[in-house]
Amino acid sequence: MTEPAALTYREKAKVMDADAIRRALVRIAHEILEHRKGPANVALIGMRTRGAILAQRLAKEIAAIDKHPVEVGVLDITLYRDDLSRIGPNPIVRATEILFDVTDQHLILVDDVLFTGRTIRAALNAIGDLGRPKSIQLAVLVDRGHRELPIRADYVGKNIPTNLREQIDVRLNELDEKEEVVITVPVEAAA
Amino acid sequence: MATATTAPAAQALRWTKKDLLGLRKLSAEEIRLILQTAGSFQEISLRPIKKVPVLRGKTVVNLFFEPSTRTRISFELAAKRLSADIVNIATQASSLSKGETVVDTVKNLEAMKVDILVVRHAAAGVPHLIARHATSSVINAGDGSHEHPTQALLDLFTIQQKKQRVAGLNISIIGDIAHSRVARSNIWGLTKLGANVTVCGPPTLVPPQIEQLGVKVTYRLDEAIKGADVLMLLRIQHERQEALLVPSLREYRLRYGIDRDRLATAKPDILIMHPGPVNRGVELDSEVADGPFSVILDQVTNGLAVRMAVLYLVSGAPKVEEVEANGG
Repeated sequence: MTEPAALTYREKAKVMDADAIRRALVRIAHEILEHRKGPANVALIGMRTRGAILAQRLAKEIAAIDKHPVEVGVLDITLYRDDLSRIGPNPIVRATEILFDVTDQHLILVDDVLFTGRTIRAALNAIGDLGRPKSIQLAVLVDRGHRELPIRADYVGKNIPTNLREQIDVRLNELDEKEEVVITVPVEAAA
Repeated sequence: MATATTAPAAQALRWTKKDLLGLRKLSAEEIRLILQTAGSFQEISLRPIKKVPVLRGKTVVNLFFEPSTRTRISFELAAKRLSADIVNIATQASSLSKGETVVDTVKNLEAMKVDILVVRHAAAGVPHLIARHATSSVINAGDGSHEHPTQALLDLFTIQQKKQRVAGLNISIIGDIAHSRVARSNIWGLTKLGANVTVCGPPTLVPPQIEQLGVKVTYRLDEAIKGADVLMLLRIQHERQEALLVPSLREYRLRYGIDRDRLATAKPDILIMHPGPVNRGVELDSEVADGPFSVILDQVTNGLAVRMAVLYLVSGAPKVEEVEANGG
C-alpha cells in the first residue's frame, strides 16, 4: 500500500524459501480443515494478484487432503480502496471473478501480506456487496504487523516483524519466476 | 552483494487525460486500457447489488443540448452504479433557451462544484470548447457529425468480446458516413487497433477523400459484405439531412438495406452491429436485426461497462494542471 514513487530497494534478508512457503500453505490447509471440520461449505477468495495465486494453491492442498473440491474466487478491491483520491491516476481495475454465491458460505480471504489492514477492510466491503456469507476468515502468508485497523488474521504462514521503511516482497513462480519472501529496504539516495 | 530492485514492479500504462473528447487523439494503448477496464466493470452489473463505491461523493452532469435517450440513460446508470450523484440537464428546460451561452452554463455548473460533465451537442467541437473552459472532466457524448467516442469504444469492446480480437478483422461500415459521428469515431478506433475498415453508402452520403483516414470506399453493398467479419450499419436519419440526399427510404432499402438474402452472402460468422435506434425495414430487416448474427443488444449492455470505465478513468486524472495540454 505504500507507494513511494520510484524508490530503489535492495534485498536485506530472505525470510522464506520455496520449501517454507509450501510447508506454510500445507499447514494452513490442515488448520482450515480442522477448524471448519471438513471442506464442505468452505470457499476461498484470493485477493489480486498474489493472494489469488495462493488461494489456488491452498485449494489444491485442501482437495489433496480431503478429496473434496473447494470453490475459489478472485477479488479485486481497487474500487473499494480508501486512498483513490490520494494516489494520482486511478489504478488499473481488474476483474472480480467470483462465480459462486457467497451467501451462507464460510469464506476464507487469502492474501500474501497483511500490513495496515486497509486492503482487508476494502475486501470486507466488497464481499458485503456480493452477498451475506455465514462467516469470513483471513489467511495470509506473511503478517508484518503495523495494523491501522482492528483486523487480524486467522491463519498465518509466518509472522515477520518489520519496520515501516522496509518492504516485504512475496515472489511466486506463477508471476515472478521465483519462489521466495524477502525483506527489502530503500537504498539511500546519497549512496 | 544484494541485488537492487526497483519497487513497485513495472507500472502499466495509467490514464492521465482529464477529458475524453474523441478517439482521434487517443493512442492504441489508451484505447486498450479503456477496453480492459470496461471488461473489469462488466461483472458489477450482474451482481445482486449493482453498485460499487468508487465515485461516491462525485457529481456527474448529463448536459445534453440535443435529445438522447439511450446514451443519456447509459451514462446515468453507469454513474449510479459507481455511486456518483448525477444531474440531467436537457436544454429545452435550461437557461440556454433564455439566451445564456454554453460557457456561462458550464461556469455556473462548476460554481456548484461538479466533477464530470457529459456533453452532447448538435455542433462539432462544443465539448472541446467546454473542456478548455472547465476544470471538471468533460466526456463527449456526441458532437455534431464529429465524434461519439463512447459509442465507438463500446463497438470495439463488443467486437473484441465476440471475435477475441480487432486487429486484422475486416469491418464494413454501411450507411450515412458523411453525417455520422459514430462512423468517424469508429474509423479512428478501428484503424488504430489494426482493423481493415471499408465504408459503404450512396455516393451522396460518403464524404470525398475519406480514404485519407485509412479506409477503403465502395458504393456497392455486395462488395462491402464480401469477406467482412463485421457489418456495422448506421441509422438513416430520415428526419435530418438525408431527406434530400437519398431519393427515398424504399430505394435506400433496396440498394443498401440488409435483408435475409444479402445476409446469406456474408461470412458464416458475421456480426451485425447497429448503434440504434434501428429503422426496421430500412437499413436492417427485422429478421436480421433480431437474428442470430445480431449483437445489437450486446452493444447496449457493453455500453454501460464502457461508460463506467470512462467515468472511472477520467475521475482519477489530474485536474487543474495541464488542462490545456490535455485538450485532446
